Order: sequence, then structure tokens, then C-alpha cells
Amino acid sequence: MEKYNSIQFESNPRDITSHVLIDLYKTMLRIRRVQLKIEAEYPKDEMKTPVHLCLGQEAIPAGVCAHLEKEDYVFSNYRGHGHYLAKGGNLKALIAELYGRTTGCSGSRGGSMHIIDTSAGFLGTSSIVAGSIPIATGAALGFLLEGRANVSCVFFGDGAVDEGVLYESINFAMLKKLPVIYICENNFYAVCSAQKNRQALDNIHQRFAGCGIPGYRADGNNVVEVWRTAKEAIENARNGGGPSLIEFRTYRWRGHSGGDNDVSLGYRTQEELDEWMNKCPLKNFEQFLRAENLITEEEIRDMEIAIDREIEEAFTFAQASPLPDEKDLLKHLYKDGK
Amino acid sequence: MAKISFDWDSKSIEREESGFEHAVEQKKRKISYAAALYETFDELLRLDERIFIMGQGADDPFGMFGATLNLHKKHGAKRVFDTPLSEEGLTGIAIGAALAGRRPIYMHNRPDFLLCAMNQLVNHASKWSYMFGGKTNVPLVIWAAIGRGWGSGAQHSQSLQGLFMHIPGLKLVMPSTPYDAKGLLVSSVLDENPVIILEHRWLLKHTGYAPDNLYSIPFGKGVIRKSGRDLTIVGASYMIIEAQRAAEELEKKGVSVEVIDLRSLKPLDEELILSSVKKTGRLLIVDTGWKTGGVSAEIAAVVAEKGLNYLKEPIKRLSSPDVPTPAGYVLEKKFYPEANEIIKAATELAGEKS
Ligand SMILES: Cc1ncc(C[n+]2csc(CCOP(=O)(O)OP(=O)(O)O)c2C)c(N)n1
Ligand SMILES: [Mg+2]
Repeated sequence: MEKYNSIQFESNPRDITSHVLIDLYKTMLRIRRVQLKIEAEYPKDEMKTPVHLCLGQEAIPAGVCAHLEKEDYVFSNYRGHGHYLAKGGNLKALIAELYGRTTGCSGSRGGSMHIIDTSAGFLGTSSIVAGSIPIATGAALGFLLEGRANVSCVFFGDGAVDEGVLYESINFAMLKKLPVIYICENNFYAVCSAQKNRQALDNIHQRFAGCGIPGYRADGNNVVEVWRTAKEAIENARNGGGPSLIEFRTYRWRGHSGGDNDVSLGYRTQEELDEWMNKCPLKNFEQFLRAENLITEEEIRDMEIAIDREIEEAFTFAQASPLPDEKDLLKHLYKDGK
Repeated sequence: MAKISFDWDSKSIEREESGFEHAVEQKKRKISYAAALYETFDELLRLDERIFIMGQGADDPFGMFGATLNLHKKHGAKRVFDTPLSEEGLTGIAIGAALAGRRPIYMHNRPDFLLCAMNQLVNHASKWSYMFGGKTNVPLVIWAAIGRGWGSGAQHSQSLQGLFMHIPGLKLVMPSTPYDAKGLLVSSVLDENPVIILEHRWLLKHTGYAPDNLYSIPFGKGVIRKSGRDLTIVGASYMIIEAQRAAEELEKKGVSVEVIDLRSLKPLDEELILSSVKKTGRLLIVDTGWKTGGVSAEIAAVVAEKGLNYLKEPIKRLSSPDVPTPAGYVLEKKFYPEANEIIKAATELAGEKS
């Protein structure tokens, strides 16, 4: 077994059962393998849609969504496959959407950047940076007005923190004590632009302290830490304690869009990438689970086989699904109502 | 609060004549435009607990020109509330609340402020149904009143209907009478999609007939305010007042004018415009917005595309000149097209008739 010990996990944690630990691993593994399969198939140019992979960032959706009910809502951005899957979004419908099929989750109108599964409480993604932040806030207002004990979570990047609408949303969420969790996946880059070239201080978690919102910073590659931090924030929101902002520090392994290593572009170094790949959210956690005897190598292998079979089925389903009829171009612009 | 299921269907028809002055003559109930809005909001809030109203000053002593005055006291501060000055954020918040099953009405006392919210209106509200293959939809009402006059100037008096009409996925309503304000507001709140209602501040104090019950007026259905033979004037909102004034004068000069009030611009009642032009052969389009690339350009294009053979004369358009609104009253007066200009343009168009 390779040695990954760049993330320290506490032995025998009291607040988290082995069952949950295994589930977290499985969720991450599934996201990882779906992303790798998309990357492998992508060069065939049958998925004619810009994909933004979340390889290296799998712990955040897994650790956060583990606390969510189906009736809770998640909103995300163009880098949303992990959030969609962790929230329970249908895999076949996701892959079919990438292939532009009618069976796609967005009926071939969304592509990789616009995915949805309302039956899983995954209410959509925006490819406008920060675009879904106020929308998630409004869903929380809806919960409050209806008296539903649900929470709304929104995932966004460090780039979205540059947008003013995050401030507007947090101000309103604090004003009304809305059950919304703002989850920043700080991977230190917005396309090729480093956080330090856009933000004077590296303090996303503290930025909105002036609005009164609790701010957390946690290691986004440590799924247990993600799970714990999210648990506190989500429970607080569910109990009427209002919103929280969490900054998870993580790193994107591939280029901003599409697969492959992009260090040749020169905006980041191979050393930096290596360092973060060594902090792999999966491998480090797997080593911990093995060391704690919570999982055997064989069980991991079985898990991989089952996931790969599911993925294979999803790709087969997608490729065999019908393409849309041109006559349906105008459909779905409006919902017919009374 | 009990959840009331309102039988919208039985209300979703336009039974009554929506005429302008003649309905009033028949001793029917006459109320102000703002009062018509007020009683509609009041009744909607009572009937459907999903509906809520928010906006800068929605609960202040002005109460949105009286349209929401003290409704927060009646229906509670949870359902009628003031907002921070965060137009983009609050528009997104309204979208999210709609996705969660509420029926938000977000009010602005000027459309100019909607420009801060274009990202949420155009990139999000209008897209959320289509972009996700109809898996969800955004029943959202945005209300704003165009603020003409008294030196309101370049940033407080804009008629932005041309911008919104351009966007697939939005609906756009511009009533001119208390009757229509009420019926179209009901339709907007009932609709499953984002609807923008652009009011005109000068209409809010106008009075006219409106029934006291709720009723809805279908979108995309204009009305003939006055029928005539020689010339068609098409417009919406406040321009209908000017057009009717002009039509009366023109009638005295022997020009028989048909005035069409579109009521909603998106969807647009092309059929009514074309059938009128077919009859009169002459078209004058009036609009409070700018000329270039706007509402009047769109209507002209529709007629050029589908009714060119009906035209005896080239189409004429009266709209705001392509400059920002000046604040000083001399220039401001010149900026706005009024009945006199309509009479002049119509007379030119009707030619030998005059
Ligand atoms: C409003 C807006 N501005 C610019 C872009 C172009 N753009 C797309 S993704 C992106 C980077 C965003 O970075 P970040 O928020 O950190 O998310 P990440 O891609 O790192 O997950 C940019 C600038 C956009 N989509 N929307
Ligand atoms: Mg980033």
C-alpha cells in the first residue's frame, strides 16, 4: 500500500460511527471514480459540454451532504458533479445530461454546468460565479416562511467570494436568521488567477464577521473535519440558530475545465500540485480506515467493483438514450400554469 | 394560518368590458389605480398563504404609492416586509423562495434599480425552467413603477421594457387602467413563471372602473380601447392615455383612429395588431421607451414581417429620443412624446384624410 499520511485522523473518534466513516469513504470513492471515468471518456468528444471536474475536492460534498435530508436543498455551481452525487442525484441522469440525451437530468438543455435532481433536493447549479448564492438564501427564506425545519446549502469557490452578492446574501440571511449554510471550497484559484492576486487577505472565513455570521475554516481534504464542521453548522441552522459560513481549504487537481494536468500553463507549479495530491482526501482516509481495521482491502475492492459497475451502466444508459427531437427546441421555456 | 386553495380557474376569465370611460358612465365602481392594486394585494395575501410581498419601503409610510400601505399590519411582518438595498441579492432570494414553493412579489418604486438585478433576472430567473429541462420553475413577480417627471432625471425615470421584452423566459406586463392593473396582477401572481409588471407612476392616481372581486386577465391579449377605420395606434401603459386624448382630437378633424392597448408586451398580441392594421392600413406605434432596439422596433418588425401588404403608408413610431432623460423641465417636456406629437404624427400618416 502507498504511504499517505499527510492528513492526520484521530483514532477511535467518539462522535462518528464506523458506519458513517465507511459511508463517507464510499461517497468520496464514487465521486472520484465518476470523475475519472468522465475524464477518460472526454477526449472522444461525445460529451460535447465543458466539464469542470472536482477531482481532489471530494471530501467536501461527502462530509456536508452526509448531514442532509432529502427535503433539504443544495445549490451549486458549474463544478457541481460531486455535490449532485453526494446529495443523492441520479447518476444515470447526470451522465445522460453530459451526452446531451433526453434522459439527461436537464433534458439536454443544461449540460455539465446545469444539473438538477429535484427529487433528491438538488435544486440546480449556476455557471455564473456566485449566482446560486442568493437563490439558496431565498430557499431558506421559503423554509422559514413555511415553517419547515429544513436547511439550504450552497457550494461555491474562492472566486465567488469576490462577488458582492455574497455579502448581500449573508446580510439578509443574518437579518432573518435563515437556515442557510454558505460553503466556500477554497481551492486557491479562479481559473488561472490565484486567490492572493484577487484578495488582500487570506481570510474568507472571517470576512463576514462584521455581519455577525459564524465563520469556520477547516481542512477540506479531511473528510472527518468536513463532517464535523458541517454538522455543527447544519444542526445550528436546523435548530433556528441561523446561517454559517464555512471555508474549506482544498485543491483542484485538474485544469479549471476539462481533464489533464495543466501546470504547463505556468500559473501553478508541479510541486504545489504534488504536495496537494499527496494530501489526497481519499487515499489518506483509506489508509486510516485500514489502520483502524474498519475496512479490509477486499471490501474496498468490492466497493470499487460495485461502483464501477454502476458507472458502466450509467454510461451505457446514456449512450443508448435518445437524442432530443429538434422540434422540442422551444419546450420548457415557460411552465404552463393556470 | 389556514392554507386556502383558491379556485383560480373560475376567476381566470375576463368577463367584463374593460373599457375606459364608458364603463364608468354606467355608474360602475370607480377607484384609483393604486387602490385597485392595494385591494388586489390584500385579497391575494388573504387567499393564498404562499404569497408574500417584499421591497424597499413596502411597509413604510408611503407604502409603494399606497399599493401596499399598512398591509404588513394586516397580514404580518413576515409576509409584507422591507428589504435591504440589495437588489441583486434580493432578486436571487425571491427566486429561491419561489423554488421552495412560495409566491414572492418583489416591488421597486423605480425600474432603474432593476438594472442592479439583471444578473438574477436574466441569467437566473428567466433560465431556471428551460436550463433544467422544465424540472422546476420560478413563479416570481417583479413590480416596478416608471417614474416620469419633476426632474426625476436620467436614473429615476427609465422605461426599460425594451430590455425585458428581449429576454426569453420572462413575461412583461404594462397595464393602463385600474381594471387591468388588478386583473393582470392576479394573472402575474398565478403564473408559474417570472413576470415583470412595469407600472407608470402617472397612472397610479388615475381612477377608473374595477370590480371589487378578484379576476384575472390573460396575458398576450390586448384590447381595442377605441375602434376606428383610418389609422391604428398601438401602445401600452401611460401612452394609452395620450393616445386616447389624441384620438379624440383626431376624430374631430375627421380622422378615425383605432387605439390598441397591448396590456402585456410579452407575450405580445400580434393577432390584434395585425387585424387592426389590416383594417386601417396605417400604423403608429407609441412607447415610453427608447426607439432603438426597443418595443416600438419589435412591433414594427412584426408588422413588417407579417403584415407588410396591409400597409398603405410606412409605419411611424413615437418614442423617447435616444438620450437619457434630462432633468430640467424644458428639455424634459420635449423628451416625452405626448398627445400633440401623436396628433401630428397621425395627421401626417393619415395624409389626405385630415
Ligand atoms: C460572473 C462570472 N464571472 C466570470 C466567470 C468566468 N469564470 C467561470 S469559473 C471562474 C472561476 C471561479 O473560481 P472559483 O469561484 O474559485 O471556483 P472554482 O472554479 O475554483 O471551483 C470564472 C472566473 C463566470 N462564469 N461568471
Ligand atoms: Mg477556486
